[in-house]
Amino acid sequence: MDIPPTYDELVANASWVSAERDLGYQPGGFLNIGWMCSDHICRLGLANKLALCWEDYQGNEKQYTFEDVRILSNTVAKFLCNLDIKPGERVCLFMDRVPELYIGLLGILKTGAVAQPLFSAFGDESLFVRLNDAGTTALITQKKHLPKVRKIRAQLPSLRDVVVVDADELVLREGEFSFDMDTAYRVDRFPVYPTTAESPSLLHYTSGTTGQPKGAQHVHYSVISQYLTTKLVLDPRPDDIYWCNADPGWVTGTSYGIIGPWSNGVTQVVLDSGFNAEHWYRFIEKHRVSVWYSAPTAIRLLMKEGTDLARRHDVSSLRHLASVGEPLNAQAVLWSQEAFGKPFHDTFWQTETGCIVITNFPGMPIKPGSMGKPFPGITATVLNTKTYEPINQAGIAGLIALRPDWPSIIRGYWNNETGFKAKFRNGWYLCGDRASIDADGYYWFMGRDDDVINTGGHLVGPFEIESALLEHKAVQESAAVAKPDPVNMEVVKAFVTLKPGYTPDADLELEIMNHIRKRLSPLAMPQEIEFVDSLPKTRSGKIVRRVLRCKEFNEPVGDLSTIMDD
Amino acid sequence: MDEISKMVSDYVRKEYLEEDDDREITEDTRLISGGIVDSFSMVSLKRFLEKKYGIQIPDDAATPDAFDTVRSIVALVQRFQKVPTTA
Repeated sequence: MDIPPTYDELVANASWVSAERDLGYQPGGFLNIGWMCSDHICRLGLANKLALCWEDYQGNEKQYTFEDVRILSNTVAKFLCNLDIKPGERVCLFMDRVPELYIGLLGILKTGAVAQPLFSAFGDESLFVRLNDAGTTALITQKKHLPKVRKIRAQLPSLRDVVVVDADELVLREGEFSFDMDTAYRVDRFPVYPTTAESPSLLHYTSGTTGQPKGAQHVHYSVISQYLTTKLVLDPRPDDIYWCNADPGWVTGTSYGIIGPWSNGVTQVVLDSGFNAEHWYRFIEKHRVSVWYSAPTAIRLLMKEGTDLARRHDVSSLRHLASVGEPLNAQAVLWSQEAFGKPFHDTFWQTETGCIVITNFPGMPIKPGSMGKPFPGITATVLNTKTYEPINQAGIAGLIALRPDWPSIIRGYWNNETGFKAKFRNGWYLCGDRASIDADGYYWFMGRDDDVINTGGHLVGPFEIESALLEHKAVQESAAVAKPDPVNMEVVKAFVTLKPGYTPDADLELEIMNHIRKRLSPLAMPQEIEFVDSLPKTRSGKIVRRVLRCKEFNEPVGDLSTIMDD
Repeated sequence: MDEISKMVSDYVRKEYLEEDDDREITEDTRLISGGIVDSFSMVSLKRFLEKKYGIQIPDDAATPDAFDTVRSIVALVQRFQKVPTTA
C-alpha cells in the first residue's frame, strides 16, 4: 500500500517546475490546455484508456477514451473554425453536464479561443449580463436552454453564432447551427493554435459585493497548477476512478472536473443529474468510484439521509475524499468517517486562484473544521485588516492573503482593471475571506470579509440580486444579505420595502422569489423575504447591509454612529 | 391525473419551464434528479404548496426525494393535509 508523503516531504519536493517537467513544458514554448488534456495523454500511451464515463439521471451511459476525447475535441475545434471563430474570441458553453461540455471546452481551447462556461440554470438576465460583458461571439448550448438564449439574443450584437448540440428536428433560426458531436465527421488531425503560457484560456464569472459579476481571466499556464494540485491533493492513481460532482459552469467543474484529472490521464465519471442520495450511492457503487471531490452542501444533504443509506451500498471502492466550496464543518468530517470509514479533506480556493491554495493533504493529520495548510509553492498568510501587514501570532484573525506568483492566479478581470487592482495590497492578493492560523500552521476559516453570499459553495453578489428585485413592480428598495442555513451554509434573504399600493403577503413573496429565480438563478433566489418599512442607511443614504446581516447571524452590529435610522 | 397532480404539474410547467419548452410533465417525470427543479428552487415550490393547500411542510420532510416527482409531491401534500392542525 502506498504511503502518502507528509506535509513536510511535500513542501520539500513539490514545485511548479516539477509539474512543468512532468508535462513536458518548455518555458516560452507551446502550451495549450486542450492539447495537454488529450493529445499529450495519447502520446503517453494512454489513448485507449477510458477518459470519461458519462451517465444521466435515467441511467443512459456514454463512454469516451482519451483517443475519442482527442479526436472529438479536434472535431469541435474544426467546426468552430468553420464558423470563423478567431483566437481570443469568447465562446460560451451553456449546457448541462453533457459530454459535449467537457470535450467542447478542450475543442474551444485548441482553436485559441477563450472558453466561457456558464451555469445552465442561469436565468436570462444573468446570462445576458455575462455574455454582454464578455462580448461573446459564439455560444454552444442544448435545445432545452435555447429559449433563454433566443430571448436575449437581439440585445447581444456580438453574439454571432449559436450552436445547438442536440437540435434533432428543431427548426433553427438565422445564426443558429446544429452540431451533433457523436455523429459528426471525426477529425483526426487538427492544427492546434500555437498558444503559449500567457495566452488567454478561460473566462469564469464571479460575484463581488458591488457591481455586476466580474470575468476572471485565466491563461493556459494554469494547467501547471491544476495538474500538480490534482496530483498531490486529490491523489488520483493510474487505476483510480475519479468523480468531481461540481458543474463546469463554475470553476471547480473546469479546474478539477476537466483540466486537473485529464492532464493527469485519469479516468473520470460524470453524473448529469440533480441531487438524489440513493442515486449517488448507486453511482459510486456501479462505477467503483475511488476518488471523490465533492462539496459541503452535498455532504450535508447526504448526512440528512443518514449513515444507513450509505451502508446499504457497497462504497468500499472510495479511497480518498475531498471537499470544496465553503468551509467543511467538523461534524461533516466526523460523519464521513462514520459513513465511509474515511474523512473528507477540506480544500480552499476560489475562481481567481484557479487552483487549490490551502488544503488538507492525504498524508496529513486532519484537524476537523480546519482548512489545512498552504499548498507547496503558495505563500500564504493572514493580514491585519487595517495595516495589511502579516499577523505573526497564532490564533489571531486576519485577511487570507497570497503572494500572487503561482501559475493559475488570474491575470485580470475582463474590462475591469479597477476591480482587479483592488484585490491587491502590499504585494498580496486578498481572497476576501478571514481566517486565523494556529500554532501548527493550520488555517481556520472565520467568514467572508465582504457582503458576498456563499450559498451551497457558490458566491452570489448582493448587488445583482438587489438590481433584479428593483425590476419587480412592487419593490421600492431592497437589500440582499446572507442568512445562516444548516445545509447550504448561507442562503439569500431579501429585505424589501414596497411601493405605495402594495401589501405584503405570501402571494407577493412567492411572486418576487420566482421573479429572481427566473431572472437570475435558483441560487440567487431569496429563500426568505422580509417586508420592512425602511432599510438601515448611512447619512448619505447608502443601505447598510451589515446591520441586516448581523441580525441574521446574531452577531454584534458594532458602531452604528453613522447609521441614519435604526 | 387528480386535482392536486394537475395543479402541481401545471405549476411546474408554468414556473419552471420556458414558454416554448415542450417537455411533458407527467406524474413520474423526474423533477429534481432530471434537473427541472433544483434543490434551491424547492423552496419556492414548497411555498406554493403550503399557500395553495394551507399546510405546513416541515423542512425535514422537504427532501429532494419528496419533491422528485409530481406523484411524490402529491403524497407529501396529502400526508400533511391529514395532520390535524393545532391552534
